[in-house]
Amino acid sequence: MYESTNSERTNMAEIKIRIEDVSYSYDDKPALRNVTLDVPANAITVFFGPAAGGKTTLLRLINRLNDLVEGTQMSGRILLDGQDIYTPGFDVINLRRRVGMVFALPLPLPGTVRENVLYGPKLAGLRDPTRLEEILVRSLTQAALWDEVKDRLDDPASALSGGQQQRLCIARSLALEPEVLLLDEPTSGLDPISTGKVEASLFELKQNYTIIIIPHSIQQAARVADYAAFFLMGELIEYRPGKEIFTTPRDRRTEDYVTGRFG
Amino acid sequence: MSRQQPPPQPSPARRGGSYLMSRYLIQRLGFALLTLAALVVVVPILLVIGVIVVRGIGAVNWEFLTAMPREGMKAGGIFPAIVGTLLLTLGTALAAIPIGVGGAIYLSEYARDTWLTRAIRLAIINLAGIPSVVYGLFGFGLFVLFLQFGTSILAGSLTLAIMTLPIIISTAEEALRAVPTEFRTVSASLGGTHWQGICNIVLPQALPGIITGVILGLLRAAGETAPILFTVAAFYLPRLPQSPFDQTMALPYHLYVISTQVPGMPVKIQYGTAVVLLALVLSMNVIATAIRSYFRRRRQW
Repeated sequence: MYESTNSERTNMAEIKIRIEDVSYSYDDKPALRNVTLDVPANAITVFFGPAAGGKTTLLRLINRLNDLVEGTQMSGRILLDGQDIYTPGFDVINLRRRVGMVFALPLPLPGTVRENVLYGPKLAGLRDPTRLEEILVRSLTQAALWDEVKDRLDDPASALSGGQQQRLCIARSLALEPEVLLLDEPTSGLDPISTGKVEASLFELKQNYTIIIIPHSIQQAARVADYAAFFLMGELIEYRPGKEIFTTPRDRRTEDYVTGRFG
Repeated sequence: MSRQQPPPQPSPARRGGSYLMSRYLIQRLGFALLTLAALVVVVPILLVIGVIVVRGIGAVNWEFLTAMPREGMKAGGIFPAIVGTLLLTLGTALAAIPIGVGGAIYLSEYARDTWLTRAIRLAIINLAGIPSVVYGLFGFGLFVLFLQFGTSILAGSLTLAIMTLPIIISTAEEALRAVPTEFRTVSASLGGTHWQGICNIVLPQALPGIITGVILGLLRAAGETAPILFTVAAFYLPRLPQSPFDQTMALPYHLYVISTQVPGMPVKIQYGTAVVLLALVLSMNVIATAIRSYFRRRRQW
C-alpha cells in the first residue's frame, strides 16, 4: 500500500512549482520555516492547517504578491518550471500573468462584469474585440458563471451576489490563461450551493491548470485534494496525496487536526 | 414574588427618580449648548451673506458686470476685475493641479515611510498655515524680481498656486489613500504594473475627492488679496490684460481699494463688488459639493 503510493508519487506528473527551503518573516516575526515542497502540474494541491500557519504567505510568495509588503525577509528558492522566480531581473509582471490569484474575499474591481473579466488581458495590451469577446465567454464559462451573467455583462460587478462575485474573480484570473491558479479560501464567504459550483469548476480546470488552494474547511480539503500539505506555525508538517493524509495521517499533529482535536 | 417570573419593568420614575431626572436634564442641557454652538457658527455667515446681498444686489446689473470702470471707479462696471480674477484662477489651476496631484500620487503610492517623506508631509501641513501675505512677499521676491516676470498675471498665478498646493496635495493624498489597498493588490495580481493600477483603478476612484480638494484650493486662491497685492494686481486699469505678463485688476484687491483707498466711493458699488466676489466663490463651492455627491452615489465601495 505504502509502496504503491510512493511510486505513484515519483511517477506523478511533472513538477510545476518547486519550493526549496523557504523561510520568511514579517518584521522579524517568522511566518514560514524551512518549507520544502513540490507542486505537481495538472492537479489540485491543498495547503491546510490552523490559522497563522503560513499558508497564505506561501501562496502569496508563489506569484510574488508579497513584494508589495514592506519589512519582510526571505530565504530559499521558489522555482516555476525550473526557473527561480526570485532571481534579480525576473519579470514579475509576466509571472503574475502566468500565476493567477483568487482572494479570500470577493474583490470585484469598480466597473462592470465585462470590465472585470477583461481587466488583465487589456492591461497586457490585447485590443482585438473578437479575441476579447472569446476570452470573456471562455473565462466566465470556465468559472461556471456564464449562464447567470450572460445578460448582465454590463451591470456593475458589485451588483452580483457574493457567490457570483467570487466566481467572477476566478473568471478574471482565468482570463489571462495562467498556468497556475492560486486560491486563498475562495469559498469562505459562500453558501454551500455556490461552493459546490466553485469546486465543480476546479475539477474541470485541473485538466489544464495547476491549482493550489487553501480550503476553508477540512471537509473541503478532503473533497478537492489530489495532494495535501499540512502547515502548523509556519512549518510544513506533512505532505502526501490527499486520500492518505486525511485517512491515515502519519504525523500525530496532522491526525489531531484532521480528526478535529484542535484547530 | 417567585423568582421564575420576569421582574416587572420598573418605570423610570420609580427607579431612583431624581438621579434619572438629572440625567435627562444634563442631556437636554448638552443638546441646547451644542445647538447654540451651531447657531453661533451659522448665524454670522448667514448675516454676512444676507447683508451683502441685500445692500449690493441693487448695484449688480448687466452694465456693472460687463463695463469698464469710469470716473476713478466711482461709476461704470467691474468687468476687468472679474476677468482678472477668472484668469488668475485659471492660471493657478494650470500650475497647481498637475504639481499638486502629482505630488499627492507620489506621496500616497510611491513614497516609502521614511524620515524624508515624513518631513515632506510636515512641511506641507506647515505651508498651509503660513499667512497669505508672506506668500505674497515670497512671490514678489521670487517671480516679480528674481525671475523678472514683473507685476504680471504669471507671477500672481504662480504665487497663488504655491499657496494652493498644500491644500490640493493633502486632500488629494487623503482621497488616494481612501481607495482600498485590495484594489491595488488585485490589479497587481492580474499582471498590472504599479502605474497601470494607479491609472486604471486608484486615480478614477479617488477623482471626486481630488476634484473637491482642487476646487476648495482654487476657491481660496480666488478670494485672496494679500498674495496678489505685490505680484499682479493693478489699482486702476480700465482695460483687459493683453498677455500673461500684463497686470490686471482682480476682484478681492479691487474690493479692498474701493473700500479703503478711494474717497467718496458710492457704498452701493462696494457692496455690489462684494456680491459678485461672493457669488463667484460660493458657486465654485456649490459645484465642488455637487461633484462630490454625484460621484459618491456612483461609488461601489
